[in-house]
Amino acid sequence: MSTFEPVLTSNITKENSHTLDFYQSIGGYSAIKKVLSMSPLEVIDVVKASNLRGRGGAGFPTGLKWSFVPKDSEKPIYLINNADESEPGTFKDRLLMNKAPHQMLEGMIIASYAIGCHTSFIYIRGEFYREYMLLEKVVAEAYENNLLGDNILGSDYSLDVVIHRGAGAYICGEETGLIESLEGKRGWPRIKPPFPAIEGYLQCPTVVNNVETLSCLPHIITRGADWFQSIGPEKGPGPRLFCVSGRVKNPGVFEEPMGIDLKDLIFEKAGGITNDNKLKAVFPGGSSSAILTAAEAIDVKMDFEELAKKKTMLGSAGVIVMDETVDMVHACLNIARFYAHESCGQCTPCREGTTWLVKMLTRMVKGRGTLKDINMLFEITDNIGGLIDFSKGSYGKTICPFGEAVAWPIRSFVEKFKDEFIKYLPQEKVAA
Amino acid sequence: MSNKDIHEDSFQYTDSDKVEKIFSQYPDKRSATLPLLHLAQTQGGYITSAIINTVAKLTEIHPAEVMDCVSFYTMFYSRQQGTYKLQVCQTLSCSLNGADDIVDHITQKYGTQPGETTSDGKFTLLKVECLGSCGTAPVIQINDDYHEGLSIKELDILLDSIP
Ligand SMILES: Cc1cc2nc3c(=O)[nH]c(=O)nc-3n(C[C@H](O)[C@H](O)[C@H](O)COP(=O)(O)O)c2cc1C
Ligand code: SF4
Ligand code: FES
Repeated sequence: MSTFEPVLTSNITKENSHTLDFYQSIGGYSAIKKVLSMSPLEVIDVVKASNLRGRGGAGFPTGLKWSFVPKDSEKPIYLINNADESEPGTFKDRLLMNKAPHQMLEGMIIASYAIGCHTSFIYIRGEFYREYMLLEKVVAEAYENNLLGDNILGSDYSLDVVIHRGAGAYICGEETGLIESLEGKRGWPRIKPPFPAIEGYLQCPTVVNNVETLSCLPHIITRGADWFQSIGPEKGPGPRLFCVSGRVKNPGVFEEPMGIDLKDLIFEKAGGITNDNKLKAVFPGGSSSAILTAAEAIDVKMDFEELAKKKTMLGSAGVIVMDETVDMVHACLNIARFYAHESCGQCTPCREGTTWLVKMLTRMVKGRGTLKDINMLFEITDNIGGLIDFSKGSYGKTICPFGEAVAWPIRSFVEKFKDEFIKYLPQEKVAA
Repeated sequence: MSNKDIHEDSFQYTDSDKVEKIFSQYPDKRSATLPLLHLAQTQGGYITSAIINTVAKLTEIHPAEVMDCVSFYTMFYSRQQGTYKLQVCQTLSCSLNGADDIVDHITQKYGTQPGETTSDGKFTLLKVECLGSCGTAPVIQINDDYHEGLSIKELDILLDSIP
């Protein structure tokens, strides 16, 4: 592990790392030269062989997703770079955009070439205004140097890149909500299938990939699939940007191989717990993942399979640390309130359920809860996100996975820290 | 929306080149809705019904469909906001690092509850959800700029320096 050298963030501390000059001085844009001499199918095969899995949250194999795009499509094909970064606990894409925007753009060109796309969008969350301004410059620089536009680097391949700003809605990070939003509508997710690869933006084949996923591509092309595959676990390899926040001494983004021990991330990389307090609980993969207790957290690797075994997920790799000072009922209410605010409102279990969760948890912190309420919290989460039995999968009661994204964390709070919820009950109600 | 807006029936973009550029970037007209609303709001401060009608005409959709967007996205405002929008992140990582105290402090300092604007129209206090910068909590966005990891003292210095 000590031999790991950062890949995506190796140059971010250098001055002007965001400029084209700098990027080219470290060999940037040599990957697209290579790609333009390959066939699109060959590019897809390399990415498939690398086993790269999406960094946005779902962890879907990137090469496989690309291969779903119809080869003989008569409609235009679109690539959308998902720069909505709104999962609580996640702040890595912003870093990549600020410090290595050309790496991301080169990744977009590679992905677009592979799927046959000639117009590609960057959907950036509206709050990232400074990053949007920077990207406008970066894209303009690329056009001036024939890295975008007609006949890129003298080839017969052409690509336009358009930057599109969101306007404040978590759900627009979900790929079909994002597509609706790009079409000029409110971000209401669509029922799948059809999947975006078949019918996405304007009913045309569309691939949505995350900023970090795309940023891996130049390196995979330059150094080869075997190199990428050799980093970390076989089923989900590569470098990964882990975000650590909450009650730690040294929060930040740490690039490490997939499969690193969660305890090393917290106690070594992030410097341990604030004031040397005791660790209490951790979100391993953004606020949509089920929380782990301290005992579970110190004994798990940050790997898709391992976290699934612990009934949670790697998600966006946003690690939120809670220590002994954190009141779990308040923390649970904070998360519930987030989801109630961000529910897009089109599915009844999600819209009503999240509102109820907030009402009941608010009642509880005010000391007016009942024992029945605690059971009701389980009932509501089951109603939104299905019974959480991984062997049976989710029941899919809602249009998009937001339902599960609420149900898992809330349920995990109540299940794993039930005693703290009980402490909030008025004494006579505990006895009753 | 206040009554005043309903009677205000004309809006014109001052930068027609920008409008043209926006349309040139999309394969269809409706996709220009969000960028057109952003541009109009930059010009007018908030979204009036005149803006909605103008955007609807340009994108060839029903004004109700534009209104649908305005009400869905938190960054579009249907009312005049203060000159400076103090947007305090209240989500977990910020909340665990003092965001609640920041909200309380601003509330006391200016006598404004979240959602309210000071009587001189200078500041609007807003509680917002995760700003994607949890590693530098607490985070407060003032208009377009992020201010990260500020103590209350540092925040005071910053706020007092705003003319
Ligand atoms: C509620 C919800 C929010 C999401 N938010 C984001 C986000 O902010 N950024 C992101 O890249 N993916 C997000 N995703 C995942 C996307 O739907 C999609 O899987 C991803 O962008 C695909 O890119 P990847 O394959 O490169 O990971 C979200 C998913 C859900 C269900
Ligand atoms: S699950 Fe929630 S967020 Fe997803 S579509 Fe349904 S109401 Fe909207
Ligand atoms: S929780 Fe405040 S920026 Fe993420």
